[in-house]
Amino acid sequence: MTLVIVFILICITGVFLIPFLKVKMKGIVALMAVAVNTLISGYLAVLSLTGQDISYSFPGSLITGAIPVRIDALSGWFILIVNFVFITGGWYGLFYMKAYQDQRKKITLHAIAFLLLHSAIISLMAIQNSIAFLVAWEIMMFSAFICVTFEHEKEVTLKAGINYLIQSHICVVLLVSGFLWVSYKTGSYDFQAISTFSSSQTGGGALFLFMLFFIAFSIKSGFVPFHTWLPYAHPAAPAHISGIMSGVLIKSGIYGIFRMLLLIKADFTAIGYIILAISVISGLYGVMLAIVQHDLKKLLAYHSVENIGIIGIGIGIGCIGLGNGNMIIASLGFAGALLHTLNHALFKSLLFYTAGMVYQATHTLNIEHLGGLIKKMPQTAILFLIAAVAISGIPPFNGFISEFIIYTGLYQWMQVASLGSLIVILSMVLGLVLIGGLALLCFTKAFGIVFLGNARKELRHEVKEGPIFQFLPLYLIAFFILFIGLFPQLFLNILKWPVGLFTGMTGYAFDSIPGKTFEALNSISWAMWGLILTALIIFSIRKLVLHKRPASIGSTWGCGYVAPTAKLQYTAGSFVRAYVKLNKPTLLFSKNEKGVDGLFPAESHYESHAYDKLEKWLIDKPVKVIKSFLKRFSFLQNGSLQSYILYGVLFIIGLIFIPMILDKISLFIDFLKHL
Amino acid sequence: MLSFILILLAAFFFTGVINRTKSILSGRKGPGIFQPIKDVIRLFKKGVVYSKTTSFIFQIAPTIYFSSVIMAMLVVPFGQSKGIISFNGDFIFFANVLALGKFFSIIAALDTGSSFEGMGASREALYSMFAEPAFFILLGSMALLTGQTSFQEIFAEMHLGSSISYALAVLSAFVLGMITMIENSRMPIDDPKTHLELTMVHEVMILDNSGFDLGLILSAGLLKFSIYGALIVNLFIGMFPYEYTIPMFFAIQILVAIIIGTIESFMARFRMSHNAQFIFALTSVSLLIFFGVLMILGKFI
Repeated sequence: MTLVIVFILICITGVFLIPFLKVKMKGIVALMAVAVNTLISGYLAVLSLTGQDISYSFPGSLITGAIPVRIDALSGWFILIVNFVFITGGWYGLFYMKAYQDQRKKITLHAIAFLLLHSAIISLMAIQNSIAFLVAWEIMMFSAFICVTFEHEKEVTLKAGINYLIQSHICVVLLVSGFLWVSYKTGSYDFQAISTFSSSQTGGGALFLFMLFFIAFSIKSGFVPFHTWLPYAHPAAPAHISGIMSGVLIKSGIYGIFRMLLLIKADFTAIGYIILAISVISGLYGVMLAIVQHDLKKLLAYHSVENIGIIGIGIGIGCIGLGNGNMIIASLGFAGALLHTLNHALFKSLLFYTAGMVYQATHTLNIEHLGGLIKKMPQTAILFLIAAVAISGIPPFNGFISEFIIYTGLYQWMQVASLGSLIVILSMVLGLVLIGGLALLCFTKAFGIVFLGNARKELRHEVKEGPIFQFLPLYLIAFFILFIGLFPQLFLNILKWPVGLFTGMTGYAFDSIPGKTFEALNSISWAMWGLILTALIIFSIRKLVLHKRPASIGSTWGCGYVAPTAKLQYTAGSFVRAYVKLNKPTLLFSKNEKGVDGLFPAESHYESHAYDKLEKWLIDKPVKVIKSFLKRFSFLQNGSLQSYILYGVLFIIGLIFIPMILDKISLFIDFLKHL
Repeated sequence: MLSFILILLAAFFFTGVINRTKSILSGRKGPGIFQPIKDVIRLFKKGVVYSKTTSFIFQIAPTIYFSSVIMAMLVVPFGQSKGIISFNGDFIFFANVLALGKFFSIIAALDTGSSFEGMGASREALYSMFAEPAFFILLGSMALLTGQTSFQEIFAEMHLGSSISYALAVLSAFVLGMITMIENSRMPIDDPKTHLELTMVHEVMILDNSGFDLGLILSAGLLKFSIYGALIVNLFIGMFPYEYTIPMFFAIQILVAIIIGTIESFMARFRMSHNAQFIFALTSVSLLIFFGVLMILGKFI
């Protein structure tokens, strides 16, 4: 109890203290407050992950009722992820923000928003009362909005921020209607009421309630087709905020889905199929669009959509397992989803941080303008490479582990499936494999074009690495990426608690579940070590052999041509050209070109930008229709004060007379009835 | 362990047999079947030349490519004897560890800053993406048929099934054979003997590699052939005793090599733009296998 109060007090003190500090101290104090709160919440989370749930109850108010704060294993797992990303992100952000030290007011606001964002997300994962949950949700959204629009003088940034704010509020509308429905029927705002309400429902009521929450949370987490805010908000934010948003903020949606799965007692099989369908589309669509992006951060943002899809597939498999009463499938699905949540938080934040490093050094994120950075920024390049290999689901890193668990879940499900579900499994396997292959295409492009070859454009300033302390959190993340890959059993052992909440087998070690599925992770651990060992042995043999023979340096083979320029290199656009041609129906390009013609051609140029087809049909078109409809009423806002006063007078007159007239009418009707 | 040694042995002559077949069919005398190995040994003795554009990625990539192939080799079983590493779902590991090698060979090609090698890298990334679904669905349907999820158990159980499973094995051998051709950049996807950089896929990616590194890449290629050959062998040998299976192993490997050589002699390479469709068509063949399995299991009712 005291710990929770201390947590809130630290947040409030921090918020009020930060405006009065020196610019340099603002960030440090915010980070320290986050660190202390991390210790507190982390301690409670670790307790919950060893099987000791923590629950308190605040008296609350007349409206909300008692506010229970409960940290179970599910909250604990998410809280640990949030804390890790916030600490590394905050540390990295301290250095990232150094360039903006002269903008005092903005830094103040940013530091406060950062602290609030952390506290709000942590509280979200502990609060079990709908009104308090919504309050925390709003604080999270607004502080995230402030964090994103740090460079609000840029129009693009502001637009991205407002886009995010509006779409998030659609999510709030859905959440509010869900919560109100429950409280209207049960008279309570406690989360337990959702559980009792849903189990009392017969027919589709519970399913409908779940879908309400699911759509709300999928707007937050970026499932297709609710993903359109994501590719704008992530690139607009400063790098550490992009990392946190992608690593943690969208995971609050995933947490919400998990929480609702625990609370709502509905037809899990139906839910499972719905989630699977949406997820596999998200996964494929995300990566398909990621490949054609030329903005590095936008590319990463679309990959978030893809990874959310993979997490969703895990959740879907888990639900199917619950629906069939097959707890092995359920455990595999949920364990894969939860582990992938952690994994994605790790490698995606690392990718965003390294992208931030690139931006700081080169002042551009356009892939086509970069190249050859590995020679000037070797550390950034290696870290990016590790994360890129991990996100493609390739051993020996963590991405492979979670995808492996999800695959195993699918193949396990296959053994008991009927014809219909076999078709579903088939498309899931097909989807996952294609996602993996496309991710490989995408990240070989991103890494190869940005870091390798020669610089494609002259940069006007010196390109160099950031300070070594800025790299510390990045190395820590890279360490964990490898560590999960090498010792997956350890993490699966922790996961037995949160997964147990769903399967009802709380605290059982995974090994004791019948079937050899989980033993595989031990062998994988060996295989990973074997891979690293083999590579090391061969590399040392190579070194030994080549030791005596000095390597000679030449130029790249140019087919006999001896004066190639950097412009002759393959570009990102040409690297994915074959793919783009194949995928024409699903992609949308806007081209801006001026061709070469005439005997003495003048300057020519060619530029192409990918656009989101779903966004065009689901967001742009409806918005256009609504806009043209509302424009008919624009004469009301004519700017003259007199008219506005008239509106006010009309409103007051209406307020007085309409009830009077209504009264008279009802009197008249009564009179008629008496006749 | 047995499979490891056998694959290693088969790697010595597999590519040589292909080349010999091609030379005989085109009326030449041709090199001996151990010539590819001799080439690799010669390369191991040579020094290296690096382009000044390249970074350390270019130097570590061949090593990682080679080790990924070695790791893939370790999970391949032989009949009743398991691979050195064997666990449930090891075929997922097999595919993904090969992807590691691909990832590095692609970025190594981009590291040279050459437009030719970028072209090869782009093609390789695309083709390998399209080849993977076929493999996963093939192994998935076998897993469904046998109720097992590790290479060794799948192959062992499959033999015990009905005679229809042999029909499926033939179809699977076709799919695996085609994947072999794609993975090893042979006809009809890629022509290893072409002399024009613009029409190459794999060869153009390693234009700048030399000496020891090139030796590693070539020997990884030799190993890859016999690994996929071993997978095809495994479809048929099941639980026979070793005195039959070991000669069968070599016989089938040589047969596969001769078939590949024959195909290469009588076929031209596809147009680059048609390759992707062709590779994806393999997925539909493996879908056929999947539905065949469903029929055997009687789920089509």
